[in-house]
Amino acid sequence: MNKKPEKTPMREQDITERIKNFSEVPLGYSEQEAHREAERCLQCSHKPCESGCPVEVPIPDFIAALRDGNYEKAARAMLKKNYLPAICGRVCPQAEQCEARCVLGKQHEPVAIGRLERFLGDWIMEQEEDFRESPLNPEKNKDTAFRAAVVGSGPAGLTCAAELAAFGCRVTIFEAFHEAGGVLKYGIPEFRLPGEVVSREVEAIAGQGVEIKTNCIIGKTLTIDELFDQDFDTVFIGSGAGLPRFLNIPGENLAGVYTANEFLTRINLMKAFKFPEYKTPVRLGNRVAVVGGGNVAMDAARSAKRLDTEKVYLIYRRTEEYMPARREEIEHAREEGIEFMVLNSPRRIIGKEGQVRAVECIEMELGEEDDSGRPRPVPKPGSEWTLEIDNVIVAIGQTPNPLLAQNTPDLKTEEWGGIKVDDRLETTRSGVFAGGDAVTGTATVIQAMGAGKKAAQSMIEYMKNS
Amino acid sequence: MNEIKRKKSLAPGVTLLEIEAPLIADKARPGNFLILRVNEKGERIPLTIADYDRQAGTITIIFQEVGYTTKLLGSLNEGESLMDVAGPLGSHLEIKGYEKVVCVGGGSGVALLYPEVKAFSRQDSEVITITGARTRNLVILEEELRELSERLYVCTDDGTLGHEGFVTDVLQDILNEEQDIDLVVAIGPVVMMQAVAEMTEKKRIKTIVSLNSLMVDGTGMCGGCRVTVDGEVKFTCIDGPSFDAHKVDFDELSNRLSYYRDYEEMLADEDYKAGDSDE
Ligand SMILES: Cc1cc2nc3c(=O)[nH]c(=O)nc-3n(C[C@H](O)[C@H](O)[C@H](O)COP(=O)(O)OP(=O)(O)OC[C@H]3O[C@@H](n4cnc5c(N)ncnc54)[C@H](O)[C@@H]3O)c2cc1C
Ligand code: SF4
Ligand code: FES
Repeated sequence: MNKKPEKTPMREQDITERIKNFSEVPLGYSEQEAHREAERCLQCSHKPCESGCPVEVPIPDFIAALRDGNYEKAARAMLKKNYLPAICGRVCPQAEQCEARCVLGKQHEPVAIGRLERFLGDWIMEQEEDFRESPLNPEKNKDTAFRAAVVGSGPAGLTCAAELAAFGCRVTIFEAFHEAGGVLKYGIPEFRLPGEVVSREVEAIAGQGVEIKTNCIIGKTLTIDELFDQDFDTVFIGSGAGLPRFLNIPGENLAGVYTANEFLTRINLMKAFKFPEYKTPVRLGNRVAVVGGGNVAMDAARSAKRLDTEKVYLIYRRTEEYMPARREEIEHAREEGIEFMVLNSPRRIIGKEGQVRAVECIEMELGEEDDSGRPRPVPKPGSEWTLEIDNVIVAIGQTPNPLLAQNTPDLKTEEWGGIKVDDRLETTRSGVFAGGDAVTGTATVIQAMGAGKKAAQSMIEYMKNS
Repeated sequence: MNEIKRKKSLAPGVTLLEIEAPLIADKARPGNFLILRVNEKGERIPLTIADYDRQAGTITIIFQEVGYTTKLLGSLNEGESLMDVAGPLGSHLEIKGYEKVVCVGGGSGVALLYPEVKAFSRQDSEVITITGARTRNLVILEEELRELSERLYVCTDDGTLGHEGFVTDVLQDILNEEQDIDLVVAIGPVVMMQAVAEMTEKKRIKTIVSLNSLMVDGTGMCGGCRVTVDGEVKFTCIDGPSFDAHKVDFDELSNRLSYYRDYEEMLADEDYKAGDSDE
């Protein structure tokens, strides 16, 4: 067999064009391309790729079915383990998970598992038929008369709800925003994950009999106590990590300093890139500095690039290899002309008449390893310098939003804000489970989904036994 | 959901809407606000919950039609619905235990002051209300406030109605003459709230201002509404909107508020008819 050493490339929107629009950058595989890529898979019997997947997608099986053109079989295999394939195929860190363990990767490029997952996810969305089967309940969706409430409609909440519904539980999701999807809707931009894709996978879950109530803030509109009063048997909290972290440097409250959350929410959820058709604006000057090195920072920088700016800088205190963002996003950001200012840290933001004019940075060098296993950045004395800019976007992480815990007696949190859970993901309140970013702090879509799944299983046990 | 049950014009450009929202009505307390979106393409705007009727399952909002969204809101009729209403948000205002309260409102802040005047007068506090407007036909809620207040002073910049001059002139006289004021509440333009705060600080009278920071989510997620209070960063939507006037950094607030002014004006120029933006 002559297998190609490289992944089958995925066509992308041209660079000069794409920095002027918010349409998706990678264009997806055609059937031939998917077939060609599926043929690269060695069908290893020990399935190393699968063990790299937090929700254990049956990777060789779905790839074999794709190779054979049996999409329906591929769909059934996928949906047994992953309810959101079109989303995961686009945003999962495959390079560190399944693809990192792919046998082919030892000598060549690994199989493009993510791209194949996306291909399959997109195919499923086009079909009328529902290929979901419940591993928990062979009589699919048979009503068990159990009732569960899910707080938050991000990947953790959606997956938990889908899993419970498949078991035959009646599920209602309560979402604070006017649209479901969590970070997938308000954070990750269109050019990486089109809102339409999120809506369709959310609809597919709603189609399983999951009710979604938007504009309902648990802790404000309704309390957890009231959910139990309304005869819900159990509650899952998947409220995410919505509280932005600040740099805590002078000038951070000047006009023109955004948190990534505000900036991205204006653009994605409120569609500010279509202002004035959509009524929420987003204001940027010509020169923008984004602080951070994760997916959020890349998304903010690439969004700023698309909003008619001249220069977009990315200020990061370590070097590129330590950036937590997906490799593909870092490459895309570079290609699109984002200027990386690595080994730098902002010291203060300088304003004029209340608005941002410049940021003072200090150079860093890499020191000893810290708790995260990465070298600690250490400031170089006397190396301060100033960069003239009009905006700063702070993208250095989020912690769980305290609103729910503050308004829920007996729901204990860690000092840094994470909701405390035991190894079954039950919180300090009996019958209330939690998972995803609300428990771990910002992690990944797939980890949130894994937690949603695990919690659903504990919740089913809990309901059966009470 | 969120059907408009009652609409009433309180003054030219000032409208009251009573909206069906049983869950919010059930939880609302004085000082809370809500976030609404009129239609698919609309922005999320915060509005004070002016009143609530738990039995009827309705909440009331009062607003002055100053920008694009408030004008659009004012163009809706009874029987029509709002796309999204979420709340109640913010921390509530402690209204108990004050015998004599002075409520000061300027410009469109008067509409926001109304529910607070109502709340205090229901608590049997003695309420002195001072309102300010540029000119006579911009004076709003005069009758309603007179009814709820022990005394009402209306000020106009040009003297076409009531006292000629600023609300702060009247407040200064009251502060000089009456020693038994427990609380001052001020809602209006930042310069007005700042001036009130400076006056009452000298007299050591507790003063509360309700801030109109720019908001996106209203749930503590975006940080856009941040203000510095007593040297600490606070979120208006969670920790406020009411704060101790003597501790707020008003200069910072007014900088942050002005950042989007051009965009607001751009929208205000556009046609705001409800139908157009629905397509
Ligand atoms: C800009 C950005 C880019 C990212 N890119 C990637 C990526 O490429 N790959 C990846 O794997 N991960 C990425 N992540 C991380 C990933 O999105 C999160 O780890 C994941 O979404 C967490 O899922 P969740 O369900 O726990 O929470 P969220 O997705 O945060 O969902 C929580 C939901 O709960 C709602 N909520 C909160 N409080 C309440 C309440 N009191 N009542 C009702 N509803 C409430 C929120 O409105 C929200 O909709 C990114 C994150 C961001 C911000
Ligand atoms: S490790 Fe790579 S080659 Fe082996 S089964 Fe998994 S995807 Fe295929
Ligand atoms: S409005 Fe977003 S945090 Fe207050």
